[in-house]
Amino acid sequence: MTESVTVFVPNETAAVSLGANEIAERIAVAAEKNNVEVNIVRNGSWGMSWLEPLVEIVVGNDRIAYGPVSVDDVDSLFVAGFLQGGEHDLKLGPTADIAYLKTQDRWTFRRCGLIDPLSITEFQAHGGFAGLKKALESGTEHVLEQVKTSGLRGRGGAGFPTGIKWQTVASTDAGQKYITCNADEGDSGTFSDRILMESDPLTVIEGMIIAGFAVGASKGYVYLRSEYPLTQQIFGKALKVARESGWLGENIQGSNFSFDIDLHIGAGSYVCGEETAMLESLEGKAGLIRFKPPLPAIEGLFGKPTVVNNVVTLGSVPDIVALGGSTYDEYGVGRSKGTLAFQLAGNIKRGGLVEKAFGLTLRELIEDWGGGTASGRDVHAVQIGGPLGAYFSADQLDTPMDYEAFAAVGGMIGHGGIVVFDDTVDMAEQARFAMEFCAIESCGKCTPCRIGSVRGVEVIDRIVANDDREKNINLLNDLCDTMIDGSLCAMGGMTPFPVQSALKYFAEDFNK
Amino acid sequence: MNPPTEPDLGTPASPLEETVTIEIDGLPATVKSGSTIMRAARESGVDVPKLCATDSIKPFGSCRLCVVEIEGRKGYPASCTTPVEEGMKIRTQTDSLARLRRNVMELYISDHPLDCLTCSANGDCELQDMAGAVGLREVRYGFDGENHLDAETDTSNPYFSFDPSKCIVCSRCVRACDEVQGTFALTIEGRGFDAKVSAGIGENFLDSECVSCGACIQACPTATLMEKSIIDNGQPDHSVLTTCAYCGVGCSFKADMKGDQVVRMTPYKDGQANQGHSCVKGRFAWGYSTHKERVLAPMIRESVDDPWREVSWDEAIDYTATRFKEIQKKYGRKSIGGITSSRCTNEEVYVVQKLVRAAFGNNNVDTCARVCHSPTGYGLKQTLGTSAGTQPFESVMDADVILIIGANPTAGHPVFASQMKRRLRQGAKLIVIDPRKIEMVRTPHIQADYHLPLLPGTNVPVVNALAHVIVSEGLCDDDYVGKRCDLDSFAAWKECMLKAENSPESVAEISGVPADDIRAAARLYAKADLGAIYYGLGVTEHSQGSTMVMGMANLAMATGNIGFSGCGVNPLRGQNNVQGSCDMGSFPHELPGYRAVEDDAVRGTFEKNWGVEIDPEPGFRIPNMFDAAIAGEYKGMYIQGEDIAQSDPNTQHVEAALGNMECIVVQDLFLNETAKFAHVFLPGTSFLEKNGTFINAERRINRVRPVMKPRQGMAEWQITQNLARALGYPMNYAKEAEIMGEIATLTPTFSGVSFDFLDEVGSVQWPCNESAPMGTPIMHVDQFVRGKGLFVETDYVPTEERTNRKFPLLLTTGRTLTQYNVGAQTRRTPNVVWYKEDLLEIHPHDAETRGINEGDRVSLTSRKGDITLSAIITERVQPGVVYTTFHDPETGANVVTTEYSDWATSCPEYKVTAVQVAPAVHRSKWQQKFDKRASEQGKILETS
Repeated sequence: MTESVTVFVPNETAAVSLGANEIAERIAVAAEKNNVEVNIVRNGSWGMSWLEPLVEIVVGNDRIAYGPVSVDDVDSLFVAGFLQGGEHDLKLGPTADIAYLKTQDRWTFRRCGLIDPLSITEFQAHGGFAGLKKALESGTEHVLEQVKTSGLRGRGGAGFPTGIKWQTVASTDAGQKYITCNADEGDSGTFSDRILMESDPLTVIEGMIIAGFAVGASKGYVYLRSEYPLTQQIFGKALKVARESGWLGENIQGSNFSFDIDLHIGAGSYVCGEETAMLESLEGKAGLIRFKPPLPAIEGLFGKPTVVNNVVTLGSVPDIVALGGSTYDEYGVGRSKGTLAFQLAGNIKRGGLVEKAFGLTLRELIEDWGGGTASGRDVHAVQIGGPLGAYFSADQLDTPMDYEAFAAVGGMIGHGGIVVFDDTVDMAEQARFAMEFCAIESCGKCTPCRIGSVRGVEVIDRIVANDDREKNINLLNDLCDTMIDGSLCAMGGMTPFPVQSALKYFAEDFNK
Repeated sequence: MNPPTEPDLGTPASPLEETVTIEIDGLPATVKSGSTIMRAARESGVDVPKLCATDSIKPFGSCRLCVVEIEGRKGYPASCTTPVEEGMKIRTQTDSLARLRRNVMELYISDHPLDCLTCSANGDCELQDMAGAVGLREVRYGFDGENHLDAETDTSNPYFSFDPSKCIVCSRCVRACDEVQGTFALTIEGRGFDAKVSAGIGENFLDSECVSCGACIQACPTATLMEKSIIDNGQPDHSVLTTCAYCGVGCSFKADMKGDQVVRMTPYKDGQANQGHSCVKGRFAWGYSTHKERVLAPMIRESVDDPWREVSWDEAIDYTATRFKEIQKKYGRKSIGGITSSRCTNEEVYVVQKLVRAAFGNNNVDTCARVCHSPTGYGLKQTLGTSAGTQPFESVMDADVILIIGANPTAGHPVFASQMKRRLRQGAKLIVIDPRKIEMVRTPHIQADYHLPLLPGTNVPVVNALAHVIVSEGLCDDDYVGKRCDLDSFAAWKECMLKAENSPESVAEISGVPADDIRAAARLYAKADLGAIYYGLGVTEHSQGSTMVMGMANLAMATGNIGFSGCGVNPLRGQNNVQGSCDMGSFPHELPGYRAVEDDAVRGTFEKNWGVEIDPEPGFRIPNMFDAAIAGEYKGMYIQGEDIAQSDPNTQHVEAALGNMECIVVQDLFLNETAKFAHVFLPGTSFLEKNGTFINAERRINRVRPVMKPRQGMAEWQITQNLARALGYPMNYAKEAEIMGEIATLTPTFSGVSFDFLDEVGSVQWPCNESAPMGTPIMHVDQFVRGKGLFVETDYVPTEERTNRKFPLLLTTGRTLTQYNVGAQTRRTPNVVWYKEDLLEIHPHDAETRGINEGDRVSLTSRKGDITLSAIITERVQPGVVYTTFHDPETGANVVTTEYSDWATSCPEYKVTAVQVAPAVHRSKWQQKFDKRASEQGKILETS
């Protein structure tokens, strides 16, 4: 009997949907048949979705990657001797050398794919809990200072300075305070929250505990969308593992700080990704928007001061505390500090997660990493930031990835989702979809969104049908202004952005 | 003259005192800090457009019509959700705002029926107003798109309809049901364009938890929720401000009229008892005043077996006077008497007690308080010096701990209960002491911290046990007691409370309340900064009713809980004017203002003013009247607005008494149970025909104004006056205000009261005199009325009414929301849809051992009599206790109640009757007799 070979097979939604579970099973069966001992580790994903399922073998000091593997490839892989790194069409070589990965600034996502997500030992071996340790040693003021210095801005999409948000909660006098993690990642083309929660959940947990420590909260809630069942499973286990090892719960690591986290599942509502609707939903009510002021930082969950942060924001915190805020601040450009995990999706050859410091251009992401469209045709339109983001035309691909630079041209970086379309796309159809999506997902509280979105679809239909076209284009623009100016939240308030960008840059599709 | 219009200021008032200065459209305005921009603007006379905001509920931010521009801020913030700040410069009208508002309006109207001209809200529709205000001229979307115009109307509720095709989903109705009423019956179902108002889960209004209070209709800006009477009749042409004639909350209403026809009763926002809220009865159940069974002509008959004969007023009065004089000649001066109504105005009641004293020449006058709150009168007078509640309703908003004893506010005082619930949802603690699990124990967003479900009849031991804990654990407010109370009585009381028999452990055994709960509840009340006691007939209608009242007063004094807002001892007076009727001296031993008739000086002032000698000897209480009647000594009675044959206990005893009398005069709206024994029927007036005053549970004197002239041709005080004259006493009031003038002259606590003053200030709480010209909201502020508060020892004397093998269960009685008291009014309205008959509530265990299923007919038997009624099985009652109501004369609940009563005041012990319950088939003997008599009386009527 030879030594046991470690094989990594990702347990991550995209990989699983492409057969990763079956592959793991087939490898186990084949190994036994071949009288070989294998240690199959279900790791997370490196985020190279175009290569999933990515199977890795530990050979010497390297991890050799094979992908994208399908269950039918397992036999031929065994024949090729892949357990020793044998040659095969699917062999990619050492994972760390894959260009897509190597050229990224893997900071927040550096453990994704690398470790067993549920192993405290591996987590700590790769720097996990160093931030929390430092926090407990240095005190709340120090932590707040680091987060403020880092310039970290909310990665959910609004880009609000995290340090200021935490300071507001810390300064508000109250008995009970809460940390909430917004894991309702509903934007089209986004999956970075999911990848982080499935591949390195302990870092999100660590970030929440540090947040609780910094502001004086004893309780945290993760609001996870119902459409991520595997994430629920993995993250739930991570909470358990953290509690069992004394990193979560009463008197964390023997300190007098106690903090626990509940995992709460949503119910299929995009608008519950908006922070106040999320709070309503957490409270057991219908996900309706609350007006602001008061800010959740002062009057949030159950009326108490509450931090609402995105998954990646919280996941970025441990390093900031461990290494100091100024280290984070050195990355990025302008006021866009640190890295963002951009997500390439849509009609793209090499879709996946690309963590880079702010400043590179959209073109670099789409062409250098993404490899252009999957169809091979020209990139015609790109929607960045989710369904409420403007459509960029091919002329705008040189815009640098920076919150302010995007805003200056009427775009939005948001959560970093990038959806690519080739020249077969019908932009009038996309504009109609923007309104339709708003109508379906509207919470219904305010008039411009509730009724406006429905009328928006009807008006676009008339435009496309050439029914009083000019009058209806004017009406559409008027409606867009009404929704931008009058809506209670960004659902109605930003739906016009993709619509108006389509009208502006792709007017020909409305004129067919 | 229409009451002043109540402006809608958009959002509730800020509770802060400080002010800020802002600029609205270029003009400065000083407003309270914490106000919203909308409120600030509307207070300054600038009506920023709005649809989803109304000042009875918190702002919501839905319609987006109220947008404004603020200098230095981008965007178009909603003025209803934006607080003012010092120096803020606001523009309410700009071209962008106009365009935005018009476009929002356009969206609304693209999904709205275009039938303004034939819509029931035409002329009173905020959507219509706003469309006009923003200048909407066209709907560019057309009307072929998605809409809700096909939605079906829900007409299940008898009083209002719900037409979702006109709904703008502003959620005002949902928020009103939550924040104002506290029932949480409505919700928004569905999301986005599908969002719609729903009364429960796919239910219609009638089947849902809706209690038909009307708050949603008040809040609705369109025709979606609309009174059926308005749909049928159109908009009113004028309004008269008056006071409700149901319960002791005394809500102010605008009677909305077309000519002399009432088309709607609208709660008045500036009503100081109700602040714009109402319940199903005052709001909707007013149709009884024009019911076909209203008697409109006087009637007389020689014998109760004769048919009634309609006669003129003169003939009826002369006949009565003649008969009374004959009876007095034959049986003595004290052989006749009267009962004043606690439903009639103070003026009407005053002249009746004056009639008895001046024209009958005796003190045989009493009122229904005898059977409800007379122990309050006695008990609070003894301990505090005044026999009335200590606080206004709004005091509950300052309470930290609320203690409800023997009361069911959501049924008996619904509008006040909603206010109490508001305070409880804010976080005040709640203790409920009641044999039943009343609604307050567990209701949306409220849960009693302690429910002490004591057995009926064990009030005093429980209050003593609470005191035991407070005294033994050193929780008394010695400072307060030292300054304000009589220390000798305090010492004696403490010793008494510390007796072993008063320990929670001993009391647990007799009351069924766990000792730990008693201890915890006592600590909660005593340790509160402000603890308020609210109580009802579950305290007073007992053989130790007065003792219990004093027991509660002792608790409040010992813990320093009298004399401030947020605490006090609050009797929830039942009737609309029972407080007034007591204040007016409708007692055999007291003249107006609770002063003893035996007091020569007091009696002297009355004698001087009235020009007649007044008998110094106290007269008969109602129970004594019955006893005297059975003994053959009491033969004539003038009964104003009270149905003693239905509402007094031990019905067969009452009937025997009435049957033994020679001239019973009933002055009422309908032929009731007492009228079956009467010889003269003098038709009375409903509150819609009265001009006078009512006094509610807060001692608040409120105006009752007529909306139509008396339907039977004569005001009730005129009837009494004519009778007095016919008996030889010159009573010559020209109008009601004169009567109040006399009351004010003779009663120090009323000396500042007059119709003019009330018209000016709206309402006032007595005492209202030179030392308190604007009235007295909170009593005993600096010191108790009697000087030092007096502690009275309250030893437990168990009632003689005991359970035994024959009668193993205890019956207690109470009220419901939709039927009122004897049901004379509410049974003649569509309210019967909610409650058709009195039902017996029985616990599942007791039902099972008796083979009783839900809805079965059962016999309810006590040693006094038996009746048959239907049973409902519920865990609201505990094993061993059953419960029923007394709204239905056909059921005759009081056939079963006993002759036991409060030792001090003779208030009947309705709340403790030993009974047995068993399946039954036939109506009981008494009920069959009732049926026979009812049909006989019915037959008699037809031939007359």
